[in-house]
Amino acid sequence: MSKHEIASEDKIAARVIETIAAQLELSRKEVQPEATFTEDLKADSLAVMELLLALEDTFDVQASDEEIDQMRTVQDAVQFVERQLAS
Amino acid sequence: MSNAPFSLQGRVALVTGGTGAIGSAIVAEFLSAGAQVAFTGRRPELQVPSEVDGGVYLRGDSREDGAVKAAVAEVVARFGRFDILVNNAGVARDALLLRTNDELWAEMMETNLRGVFLFCREATRHLLKAREAGRIINISSIVAERGNAGQAAYAASKAGILGLTRALARELGSRGITVNAVAPGFIDSPMTARSIDAQGRADLELEIPLRRMGRCEDVAHMVRFLASPEAGYVTGQVLRVNGGLQV
Ligand SMILES: NC(=O)c1ccc[n+]([C@@H]2O[C@H](COP(=O)([O-])OP(=O)(O)OC[C@H]3O[C@@H](n4cnc5c(N)ncnc54)[C@H](OP(=O)(O)O)[C@@H]3O)[C@@H](O)[C@H]2O)c1
Repeated sequence: MSKHEIASEDKIAARVIETIAAQLELSRKEVQPEATFTEDLKADSLAVMELLLALEDTFDVQASDEEIDQMRTVQDAVQFVERQLAS
Repeated sequence: MSNAPFSLQGRVALVTGGTGAIGSAIVAEFLSAGAQVAFTGRRPELQVPSEVDGGVYLRGDSREDGAVKAAVAEVVARFGRFDILVNNAGVARDALLLRTNDELWAEMMETNLRGVFLFCREATRHLLKAREAGRIINISSIVAERGNAGQAAYAASKAGILGLTRALARELGSRGITVNAVAPGFIDSPMTARSIDAQGRADLELEIPLRRMGRCEDVAHMVRFLASPEAGYVTGQVLRVNGGLQV
């Protein structure tokens, strides 16, 4: 992986975390990669849906039902966006 | 003006079936309340009544997912937001149960119930952003609760709307979005004229405590109330506009 790619991946992760923090009204520090949306970040199922809509809008990507079901942690969301942007 | 009661100034609304009798009264009422309004229907542009001048006609069939998606997307593209969804498009075809074929049943369910579900699903992603301004208003019917001989399929589809309304009221309430149903009684309109003759109408009027059939405006006033900020604490309800026919 080139330096440039690493930098842009970090940037995506930072923007995903920023979006999550804004949507769930948390500080960025609270949005750790391993944090789960429902238990750690106390988001209800509708809040997770809203978060996905925000990610879809921000990054112009689309999540399938399967991807939505699998998204449990902040890291899952970051990887989802990275995968979508790469393809 | 925005301090006027029941003002919809700054709000963006979509009314399905806005080309019909009740729908065009709702569109006109919303326009006079200051809202920006789009409406759907299937008829050619030239047959759209003039009351709705000032609204944006988005021609399309509620039974088609693509048309529903396109209509909602067009509202957001044009007006930049989406606050109020009125599911009014509907059809009534009467038949005794033993004459209710699968095709009639499917037509009632597809238009009156699935069409409502499709619009609710598509609009909700935008209504979530509208928060406290978000409104879903579904037009049911008195026959959903009272039943009516010869309208099994229609009554079932309109009763389905009540379940959908109550479930969505609970699901979206935490975001400030209200979801209500309006159940008109017998409204003076072509739809009623098709199923009731002059004698039937006279008998019916005697049965109605207010002694007259409803006007399309009677329904439109209730819809405007539900859409307004003043109705912000009303959700999951069935508002009955029927002259007291059902008390
Ligand atoms: N009239 C009454 O006494 C009464 C009583 C209780 C409840 N309601 C309900 O009130 C609502 C309006 O009724 P109305 O009396 O105004 O009837 P209407 O004059 O026949 O209007 C029906 C409207 O629905 C539209 N529509 C029908 N099927 C559609 C489809 N598949 N896709 C898109 N649009 C479609 C029609 O559009 P086009 O004509 O342009 O195709 C029209 O705008 C209905 O839901 C009805 O069930 C009426």
